[in-house]
Amino acid sequence: MTEQHPQHHIKLSEESLQKQTTTLNLGPTHPATHGVFQNIMEIDGERVLETVPTIGYIHRAFEKIAERRPYYQITPLTDRLNYCSSPINNMGWHMTIEKLLGLKLPKRVEYLRVIIMELSRIADHLVCNSVIAVDTGALTPFTYVFQFREKIYEVFEEICGSRLTTNIGRVGGFERNFTPASFTKLHAIVESFPKMLTEFESLLNRNRVFMDRCIGAGPISAERALNYGFTGPNLRATGVDFDVRVAQPYSSYEDFDFKIPVGTVGDVYDRFMVRNGEMWESYSIIKQAIEKIDKIEREFPDQKNVFYAPEADHYHIPPKEDVYTKMEALIYHFKIVMGEIDALPGEVYHSVEGGNGEVGYYLISDGGRTPYRLHFRRPCFIYYQAYPEMVEGGLLSDAVITLSSLNVIAGELDA
Amino acid sequence: MALTNEEVKQRLTDKFGEQLTEWEEPYGMLTLRAPAEMNLKVMQFLFDTEELRFRFLTDLTAVHYPTRKDEELCIVYHLHNLVDNVRLRLKVYVPVAQPDVFTATQLFSGANWMERETYDFFGVNFVGHPNLIRILNVDEMDYFPMRKEYEMEDPTRKDKDDEMFGR
Repeated sequence: MTEQHPQHHIKLSEESLQKQTTTLNLGPTHPATHGVFQNIMEIDGERVLETVPTIGYIHRAFEKIAERRPYYQITPLTDRLNYCSSPINNMGWHMTIEKLLGLKLPKRVEYLRVIIMELSRIADHLVCNSVIAVDTGALTPFTYVFQFREKIYEVFEEICGSRLTTNIGRVGGFERNFTPASFTKLHAIVESFPKMLTEFESLLNRNRVFMDRCIGAGPISAERALNYGFTGPNLRATGVDFDVRVAQPYSSYEDFDFKIPVGTVGDVYDRFMVRNGEMWESYSIIKQAIEKIDKIEREFPDQKNVFYAPEADHYHIPPKEDVYTKMEALIYHFKIVMGEIDALPGEVYHSVEGGNGEVGYYLISDGGRTPYRLHFRRPCFIYYQAYPEMVEGGLLSDAVITLSSLNVIAGELDA
Repeated sequence: MALTNEEVKQRLTDKFGEQLTEWEEPYGMLTLRAPAEMNLKVMQFLFDTEELRFRFLTDLTAVHYPTRKDEELCIVYHLHNLVDNVRLRLKVYVPVAQPDVFTATQLFSGANWMERETYDFFGVNFVGHPNLIRILNVDEMDYFPMRKEYEMEDPTRKDKDDEMFGR
């Protein structure tokens, strides 16, 4: 072969010189993939003939690490699954342990959790939807909504001290009560939300260029989506109204009145519209939750200071001021931090509706201080395997927006 | 009329009789054990029967119990009937020396990567899987890291010896 092409130093196989198609590496660090994963595509001009996804670039062995960590130290691991909506993962993990222990939380705490989870759902969907716009060539909406996402992160910061990987909440409630400042910021969010999302929608929803780009790109039927194990907005975009918040209500979601937006054909535009619809519903849930909390505080003024279940004292790290002044709190603090607290033996599966679908925790406890086995059901990992089927035969540019509309988060993909 | 755990159990017992064992209901989820060679038969029955309709594979994973002789690896399927909203957990046990179990990829396309992950971490051999290769770990890896014999910490290190805390 070197004799045939003496000028070449790179040795290519004979087939690669003969073939009429191009092999393209999309990723692992391509700007269009928004995360570390690779697609080896075989393209004919602009048409995708075949794609082989490669994942695992940021695998961090969370399930193995979790087998050596006391329960409260696993919360930061869950942060790093879907890092666009960490609080949902955190809450899901706390609820799994609470289910294992049979703890019942006060209503106020559950409503506070609902507020946090819905705020992070909005943050998650804002990123996803505005990134679809970026990939179709519209950068402006992205910059607008990121200002709003910043406000949501300020609330998280006010409550738990961090923004992206939050480690928010504890088993049995929260680490501290919501400050007056966090409520002020929350009210400001509720006030400015409709204006922000209306503006975002007015830029894209009926935008001819955006619609032409998105409608019909990367479709999947409801039947195939179910067979692939789709959950969350991507499943609902195909017309299936499955939502864990309604199917198996947790954290008092049954007290709220909200709709589940669904699509019809499961293409990029449907996924975009479903996420937009969900943000409006999250907004409505947050408003209802604030009203419910206000009602509780009006009727029972002493509930204002309730931010964890008192019967969780063996598992909930006590507030610092109690640790310094009360003996029991000091003992519990010491025992929990030193890993002296055993959980009950049991086998529990708990799932919450994350930003991308059903985030499940399958926990087997043998009664020790760490899980015997912990498995994360990561929605991204399960639905991303449908990606080749969704893009093969379509255009390369459609493949890119399909990827961003699926909202594949590398952290959740690899765990 | 919503489907209850008792009805599911009744239908499965009618069909498979004594072969299904270890019926439990931890935290409300019906859990049962099937012989390893019957995993696909049971899932096919759950999938096809019009009254059961367990047509959604929520999760698939494995658990390693080194102390259980000849049934060290437990493969756990979480199935979901979305219409009646009933969940079910199906377990099969295989020996670690010969961890063969039939693949569920013909029934659920989503099982493909879940089985690859289970193979990657536990070495379960899913017979009939179209592409059973490692998915998250590097291809060169020659062991199955989630098995219990592999310690989290490097066992040769002495400076991190924590006799007092942890196990």
